[in-house]
Amino acid sequence: MASGAHSGRVDIIRALRDATVIASLAFGLFLPLIGFQTITDFRNNLVLNTRGPLLLVVVIVVFVARLAYSVAIEPWLARRVRRPSTTAIPKWRQQIGKWFVPFAIGFVIVYPAIVIGTAGFGRAVKWIDNFGIQILIYVMLGWGLNIVVGLAGLLDLGYVAFYAVGAYSYALLAKAFGFSFWILLPLAGILASFWGILLGFPVLRLRGDYLAIVTLAFGEIIRIVLINWVDLTNGYAGITGIPRPTFFGIPFNADDNGFAAVFGLEFTPIYRTIFLYYLILALALLTAFVTMRLRRLPVGRAWEALREDEIACRSLGINTTNTKLTAFAMGAMFAGFAGSFFAARQGFISPDSFTFLESATILSMVVLGGMGSQIGVAIAAIAMIGGTEIMRDLDFLKLVFGPTFDPTQYRMLLFGLAMVLIMIWRPRGLIATREPSLFLKERKAIAADLIKEGHG
Amino acid sequence: MEVFLQQFINGITLGSIYGLIAIGYTMVFGIIGMVNFAHGDVFMVSAFIALVAFLLLTSFLGVSSIVLALLIVLIVAMLFTSLVNWTIERLAYRPLRGSFRLAPLISAIGMSIFLSNFVQVTQGPRNKSIPPMVQGEFVLFTKNEFPVTLSYKQLIIWVVTAVLLVCFWYLVARTPLGRAQRACEQDQKMAALVGVDVDRTISITFVIAAALAAVAGTMYLMYYGVVSFSDGFVPGVKAFTAAVLGGIGSLPGAVVGGLLIGLIETMWSAYFSIDYKDVAAFSVLAITLIFLPQGLFGRPDVEKV
Repeated sequence: MASGAHSGRVDIIRALRDATVIASLAFGLFLPLIGFQTITDFRNNLVLNTRGPLLLVVVIVVFVARLAYSVAIEPWLARRVRRPSTTAIPKWRQQIGKWFVPFAIGFVIVYPAIVIGTAGFGRAVKWIDNFGIQILIYVMLGWGLNIVVGLAGLLDLGYVAFYAVGAYSYALLAKAFGFSFWILLPLAGILASFWGILLGFPVLRLRGDYLAIVTLAFGEIIRIVLINWVDLTNGYAGITGIPRPTFFGIPFNADDNGFAAVFGLEFTPIYRTIFLYYLILALALLTAFVTMRLRRLPVGRAWEALREDEIACRSLGINTTNTKLTAFAMGAMFAGFAGSFFAARQGFISPDSFTFLESATILSMVVLGGMGSQIGVAIAAIAMIGGTEIMRDLDFLKLVFGPTFDPTQYRMLLFGLAMVLIMIWRPRGLIATREPSLFLKERKAIAADLIKEGHG
Repeated sequence: MEVFLQQFINGITLGSIYGLIAIGYTMVFGIIGMVNFAHGDVFMVSAFIALVAFLLLTSFLGVSSIVLALLIVLIVAMLFTSLVNWTIERLAYRPLRGSFRLAPLISAIGMSIFLSNFVQVTQGPRNKSIPPMVQGEFVLFTKNEFPVTLSYKQLIIWVVTAVLLVCFWYLVARTPLGRAQRACEQDQKMAALVGVDVDRTISITFVIAAALAAVAGTMYLMYYGVVSFSDGFVPGVKAFTAAVLGGIGSLPGAVVGGLLIGLIETMWSAYFSIDYKDVAAFSVLAITLIFLPQGLFGRPDVEKV
C-alpha cells in the first residue's frame, strides 16, 4: 500500500463491505447444517436442535478472517514479486538437494533409536508404529502410484485395489497353506501386477478423467467382491489371525524359540515393531530405487514420453500398449508388496481398509507432492498422514473446546480442506519442477510453467 | 411379467433420480471439461438440507398439508444447495481454471471428502430416518396375487422430474442464458469475444446443476425416508455412469442414461443378486467407456495434435 492515507481508509471500508458480504454468504451456507442439527430423541424420532450460538461464532470467524485477508494478506501477496520461471538451480539449492536425500535416509534409519532414546521403550512403540510404519506404508504406496500417475501420466483412482489384492493374497495363502511371509511377499507382488495387467488391458484406449473413473469403478468392484464373496474373504468381518512375519524363521513372541529368547533379550513387543519398521523402510527404498533406475531405462523414458504427449509417442514408434501395461504392472506390484506387508503387520484385514478414500489419499499425495517427484511425494505423505495422526493426540484442544471435543472427528474434514487449499496454492504440487534424467552440460530444473502434460 | 412390470416402475423412479444428478455432471463436464467429483456429495448435502427443512416445517411451524410442505422443502433445498455449489465453484474450481488438468479433479475429490465429513461432523454419523412423507399407492392390476403398484411417491417423482426437465430444456434451448451456455461449451474464448460473460455462465451452470441435484436429493429423501452422510458417493458414481452412458455433454443423453442405469440396477437386483447391484452399475460404466466412449448421444471425441 504505497498510496496515501485516504486510499487506505477507502480500502478499509471496502474490506468491511467485502467481509459483510462474505459473512452473510457464510450465514446462508451454514444455516441449514450448522444452525440446525438433526438428532434422534428418546422416542426414536428425528427432531431438530437449534445451534444459534455456534452459527454465530462461525459467521464471526468468517467475517474476521475475510477482513484480515483483505487488510493484511492481500496487500502482502500483491507486493510479492513473481520469480522468473526458468533458471538454472542456484548453487545453494543444489547443495541442499545433494545432501537432503542422504540426510533424510540417514534420519529414517536412526529414527527408532531417536524415538526410543527420547520417549523410552514403552511409548516408543506408538511413535514407531503410528508415525514410522504408517507413514512409510503410504510413502511406499505413493511412490508406487507415482510410477503410474507421475511418470506414465495415467490417472489411476483405483490403486487401492492392487493394495487389496496384495493384502488378501498374503492373508489367504498364509492361512490356507502356511507359507511364510518371505515366500508370499514376491508372490503377492506378482499377483497384484497380474491384476494390474488384467485391469490395464481394457482401459488402454482411455485417457485422462475417463481412465480415472474406470479405474475407480474397478477398485470399487474389487471391494464389493471382497465384501460379498463371504466364503473366500469372510465379507465385512474380514480375515483375522493372519500370520506375522518372522525374523528369518524366528517368530516375535515370548516363547523359548522366540526372537527375544534366541538373542537373550527380555521380551517386549517393540522388537517386532522395530523389525516391521525396517522391513517397510527397506521395501519403500526398494520402490524408490527401482523407480529411479527405471527412469533411466528405455521403458522409463517411454513412460515419461507417454505422459508428455501420447500422439508424439506413437508416431515415434513407441509401443504405447506395452508402455502403459508395464506402468500399471510395476505400480500394482509395489502396491501388492505394500498390501502383503500391511496384512502381515495388522494381522487383520477387512474390506474397510480398501475404500475409495484410500485411493484418493494416495493419489492426492502424488499430485500434492508434485507428479513425478519422489521427494515431493514423500513429503506430502509425511505431511498428510503424519498430520492426521497428530490430530489423534491433540488432547489440549479439549481444554479449549470442552471435554466432549474429539479432534479425530475433524481429521478427514481438514484433510479434504487441505487438499483443496494446497491445490489452489500450488496446483502443480509442492515440487513442481522436473529433473530431467538426461541433460546437456548442465542440470537444469524445468519449471512447472513450461510443462504441458495432461492431455494423455 | 408382473414382477418385471413392478421392477420397471421402480427402475424408472430410481432412474429419474439418477438422471437429475447426471445432468449436473454432464453440464459441468460440457462447459469446463471437468468431472465434478463432489457432485454426488452436493446431492447428499441437498438431501440433508431437505431433511432439515422438512423437520422445521413439520415440527416447528406445524405445516400439515403435505403437498405444501413438499413444495417448500423442494424450493428451500434448491436455493440453499445452489448457494453451496456456487460457493464451491468460486472457491475450489475457479482459481484452478486454466491450470493443469488434474488440479480441478483433485480439488473436487478434496471437496467431496470435505462435504461428506462436514455433514458427518455437523449432523452426526448415524442414518437419519423420517416417517414416510407420502403414503398410499395405485394398484395397477393384480395377477397371481401379485399386485403391481405405483405408489404416490413414485408418481410424484415422475411428475416432478418430467416438469423440471421440460423447464430445464426450455432454459437451455430457448433462452439467452442457454445460448450463452452452449456458446461457452463450444469455445470459451470465442464466446468471451462476442460478449458472453464466461465466468457468470459457468457459475450459473453450477447453480442449475445444484438445483437439479437438490430436486434429486429431496426426492431421494421422500422415496427412501433415510439419508446418511456417506450417501453421496455411490449415487454420484452411478449418476456419472448415467452421464457417460448417455454421452457426456449431452443433456437428453443424461436423462436416458439415468433411466437406463436405474432400470439395469433394479432388474439386476431382482433377477440376479442384490448384493452385487453396485457391481452392475460400475460394470456398465467400465464397459461403456471401453466400448462406446462417446456414449449413446455424445459426439465422438476427435483427437487433435
